[in-house]
Amino acid sequence: MKYSYFPGCTLKTTGASLDRSARLAALALGFELEEIENWQCCGGVYPLGSDEIATKLSSVRALAEAKAKDQDLVTLCSACHHVIKRVNDDMKNVDDIRTRANNYMKLDEAYAGETNVLHFLEVLRDRVGFDNLKAKVTNPLKGRKIGAYYGCLLLRPGKIMAFDDPENPTIIEDFIRAIGATPVVYPYRNECCGGYISLNEKDMAKSMCKRIKDSAEGFGAEMLITACPLCMYNLNKTEGGISVRYFTELLCEALGITEEGKAL
Amino acid sequence: MSHDKTKKQAELIREISGVNPYKCMKCGKCSASCPSFNEMDIKPHQFVSYVLNDDLEALVNSKSLWKCLSCFACIERCPRDVKPGKLVDAARQLVVRERGGDFLSADEIPEKLDPELPQQLLVSAFRRYRR
Repeated sequence: MKYSYFPGCTLKTTGASLDRSARLAALALGFELEEIENWQCCGGVYPLGSDEIATKLSSVRALAEAKAKDQDLVTLCSACHHVIKRVNDDMKNVDDIRTRANNYMKLDEAYAGETNVLHFLEVLRDRVGFDNLKAKVTNPLKGRKIGAYYGCLLLRPGKIMAFDDPENPTIIEDFIRAIGATPVVYPYRNECCGGYISLNEKDMAKSMCKRIKDSAEGFGAEMLITACPLCMYNLNKTEGGISVRYFTELLCEALGITEEGKAL
Repeated sequence: MSHDKTKKQAELIREISGVNPYKCMKCGKCSASCPSFNEMDIKPHQFVSYVLNDDLEALVNSKSLWKCLSCFACIERCPRDVKPGKLVDAARQLVVRERGGDFLSADEIPEKLDPELPQQLLVSAFRRYRR
């Protein structure tokens, strides 16, 4: 099974291990991530203004290319997923944006939101299936107590993202169970890490991340997992407390995937 | 700010945001959900009143515009679908779309960088803080 894949800017640099571990895990699970050619940065944040068109076009290009290949479009970075999923919703449901974006793009066939946008976690849940994943785990992470850190962008707005219950999500906890570890549910798992505020106001992001880490640790978590390179950065910049990993890194560990004999 | 300009800007905020502020029933759930509440001079639920009262001068000068994290908690939890976060963004757009309105300049970036800083942070901040 082949999926179109939009890695995004950060997965080529500071988030490279998220990209690498996901590709390796995908192959082990029997699917392939085929990178969109000449993809352009999603912009990091969804342009909220209803008159914004140009800032949505990079997403439309990726979506249209996946449609041309008749493939679903898979994302990993929470921000890319958020932006592309919402632009796709605009192209499907907002006449004005669809018309103006298509007028600009002049594609052979107008794009109207036909592509399915799937986060890698959704591929694991809805296509592979957590039961099948569990059966392929060769190195279950027994006894590891892991907190899921969802953050904002995968979940909200719930009606458009349609990822999971935005207030009481379970997908990452189910993933943690599938790889043999024990999920730790804690109150701050869908609270904001501070996002882009850390460029100008480091202390504000740090106090928000400290609350998240303390909350998870207080409920017994030994580690957090995330899908977002910016959450990862903000959480890591907050000294002390439990460690943070990309969910795909633990997936590789559970699947027994090593690189040059070393664990990822 | 002249009366005409204020009227025009209030119209623009409604147009850019696509929000109908008359639907707000002032329950305050947006402000209760906002992780930046303590940092904001005008709180999310108050944004709605400022737009209704055409009090744009205060809104475009509010430091709240640069404290919103785009976490979408207010948008998710609003029981009337008013989407206060979209009003904050529309006010921010009014500022940055004017000449000299950028909140972040490229010259400031080098001193803010560190080796682990993800591109995602830069592109997100640029998109929210300037044209």
